[in-house]
Amino acid sequence: MDFLQPTSWADALAVRAERSDAVPIAGGTDVMVDLNFDRRRPGALLDLGRVPELREWTVEDGTGGVGATGGVGGSTVRLGAGVPYSRIIDDLGARLPGLAMAARTVGSPQIRIRGTVGGNLGSASPAGDAHPPLLAAGAVVEVESAARGVRRIPAAEFFTGVKRNALEPDELIAAVLVPEAVGPQQFCKVGTRNAMVIAVSAFACALHPDRRAVGTGIGSAAPTPRRAPEAEEFLAGELESAGLWESRGDLPDGLARAFGERVAAAASPIDDVRGSAAYRRHSLAVMARRSVTWAWAEYQQDLRKAA
Amino acid sequence: MDSQITLRVDGAAHPLAVDTRTTLLDALRERLRITSPKKGCDHGQCGACTVLLDGRRVNSCLVLAVTVGDAEVTTSDGLAVDDVPHALHRSFVEHDAFQCGYCTPGQVCSAAGILAEARAGWPSAVTPDVAADTVELTDDEIRERMSGNLCRCAAYANIVPAVADVARAEGVRR
Ligand SMILES: Cc1cc2nc3c(=O)[nH]c(=O)nc-3n(C[C@H](O)[C@H](O)[C@H](O)COP(=O)(O)OP(=O)(O)OC[C@H]3O[C@@H](n4cnc5c(N)ncnc54)[C@H](O)[C@@H]3O)c2cc1C
Ligand code: FES
Ligand code: FES
Repeated sequence: MDFLQPTSWADALAVRAERSDAVPIAGGTDVMVDLNFDRRRPGALLDLGRVPELREWTVEDGTGGVGATGGVGGSTVRLGAGVPYSRIIDDLGARLPGLAMAARTVGSPQIRIRGTVGGNLGSASPAGDAHPPLLAAGAVVEVESAARGVRRIPAAEFFTGVKRNALEPDELIAAVLVPEAVGPQQFCKVGTRNAMVIAVSAFACALHPDRRAVGTGIGSAAPTPRRAPEAEEFLAGELESAGLWESRGDLPDGLARAFGERVAAAASPIDDVRGSAAYRRHSLAVMARRSVTWAWAEYQQDLRKAA
Repeated sequence: MDSQITLRVDGAAHPLAVDTRTTLLDALRERLRITSPKKGCDHGQCGACTVLLDGRRVNSCLVLAVTVGDAEVTTSDGLAVDDVPHALHRSFVEHDAFQCGYCTPGQVCSAAGILAEARAGWPSAVTPDVAADTVELTDDEIRERMSGNLCRCAAYANIVPAVADVARAEGVRR
């Protein structure tokens, strides 16, 4: 097995183009499991650990160009694909609260020190914990090839099947562009214990008061991570018609529950060793109801803080 | 394919040729006979292989030896200075924080990692105020932060106070 270790992004893209048999490795927390158990025998490994560009995060202001994803004039975090979860937790809790919350639940501390969002996207598991908050926030995945340059793919279009993504064989993931939170965000996950579990089901939501919109992300309950667009529109519409975005009044009885039911309806779960389809649907409805209740309470609190 | 590397472990440099597929854990144990990191599962689940890589705890079974480069590897053995046990070693003994001892070197490295992380203010899933500058290592925090280290003998009830004592001595716990 050849070991290729480029030290710049340009070199990494060149190597990727030349060696279609190379498997990229970032934190290695997915790739190494496959290697140690002989599930994969790649001709080469392309180590991304020495590419400094991948390990940075920066803030781009909303006037700059990520267009549709950024809130009105809002800023966007450009999160390098190789930034480990531990740094997201430490650095980005305020800017990207949903992603940071999910990051705090990935694997174990040792896994979080190595594992990256780029690797989570590369594996594209339906159970990947970064995916629901990225979907809820309206993130965009930036991929690049030496031949065709940069492509920006909305997270909702990035996942194309079970453990499949929109990456072409000569492309690498450069970064994720995540709009900074302008309202409360929540993440919930159900597993058999607290640490080191693959989620049985997971849910993320984000309130976007600037555009009067609601974002959602469902994990482990469909062939790919996915949004619940009907639930998003339903809740945003109800909040709008009751004038609640301005008044920040209490949620009407039954609204959070009705939202939860619509989230569950958006899933297409299966029965497997981790849980039944029925349990997944049920738990999604509960997580969606709870998380929107918490998010709304936080939204009400924000007003009190501002006053 | 073999690759010529130099591993810096517990203060000593070890030049060696390794197959590119070799994990750091196997390089340490099988090639350098540094056996305090243990292999429990070989896939990141148990934490028995935990070492510090430039001061940060990692599962050495999930790190390829060829990717380590100049980083300093510290094993539980290396936490002892001039054969004087580290405060964590002593505390584990005093609290009887093990039975068979297989998980212990990993537990000790992980505990050394959490002391540094708490000082740096890294929040965890149970930290009440994630924006605070420092974190107090309460029992809940210790349990959550040690959750990547399993103990088949279930010495947890003694591991938590063993870590807590050292945390208190180091000022990250009242
Ligand atoms: C014990 C254990 C517990 C875990 N628990 C969780 C959990 O709770 N939640 C969860 O979501 N995951 C979990 N995982 C899985 C894993 O940690 C995550 O998927 C992590 O995000 C992978 O990141 P990495 O950097 O380690 O990826 P790697 O293993 O380095 O790579 C993963 C995949 O992505 C590709 N890749 C990486 N970077 C790029 C790039 N820049 N461009 C293109 N392709 C790329 C690789 O080729 C590979 O196919 C766990 C793993 C272990 C071993
Ligand atoms: S042997 Fe590395 S985590 Fe179990
Ligand atoms: S002491 Fe036996 S496994 Fe922990």
